Amino acid sequence: MTDQTLTVRFFSRLREELGTEQLTLPADTGQTAGDLLAALASRGGPWAQLQGSQPVMIAINQAMAKPGAPVKAGDEVAFFPPVTGG
Amino acid sequence: MISIQTEDFDCGAEHAALRRSGAGTGAVATFTGLVRDSGDAQDVSGLFLEHYPGMTEQVIAGLIEEASRRWDVRKARVIHRVGRLLLQEQIVFVGVCSAHRGDAFAACEFIMDALKTSAPFWKKELSEAGEHWVEQKASDVARGEAWDK
Repeated sequence: MTDQTLTVRFFSRLREELGTEQLTLPADTGQTAGDLLAALASRGGPWAQLQGSQPVMIAINQAMAKPGAPVKAGDEVAFFPPVTGG
Repeated sequence: MISIQTEDFDCGAEHAALRRSGAGTGAVATFTGLVRDSGDAQDVSGLFLEHYPGMTEQVIAGLIEEASRRWDVRKARVIHRVGRLLLQEQIVFVGVCSAHRGDAFAACEFIMDALKTSAPFWKKELSEAGEHWVEQKASDVARGEAWDK
């Protein structure tokens, strides 16, 4: 089932403002995390903030990643604001 | 050992456990973080803490490994609470035992500083004015980066 799709997760302010915790999207060949972010931002409305003035952190399979990192089918990609624990 | 939990923790019991890490242990350094009344907002009455289950534990395990490469670390313990916390409640505990105090202090401070800027936790402040997500502080980022030098 996860063969041709990837999972996108949102946390904190992004989860609330997008009203979305998790999405399943088709995985495109040669796609990067930045491509995924741009595709989601193009949905408009609150989604535009994914490419707005506030930084968005990226994790792929639960490890921090850069926008240029490739994403593939079966991956868990997460987008979230800078962390504020401790 | 790493625990992410909603329940409170007992610093005395954690300290006692760290003491039992072998006859070579000569120092235990601990840090406890509390919910205070002013952060981004004034009159904060509590916090809500969210985390990324799985990734959080992996990131903290990596920080403990890095601390163990840089300093003498006999045992390290990290507890971080999530969910709703009231004023003056305990949020986080970092405890390290080493042969000597220098290593214990440094490793404890490093783990805490690095946790703040790399472990996926997010704080929301709750006050009479409403609630809002806390912004990452430049001073916290600078403290984290200082350990890379």
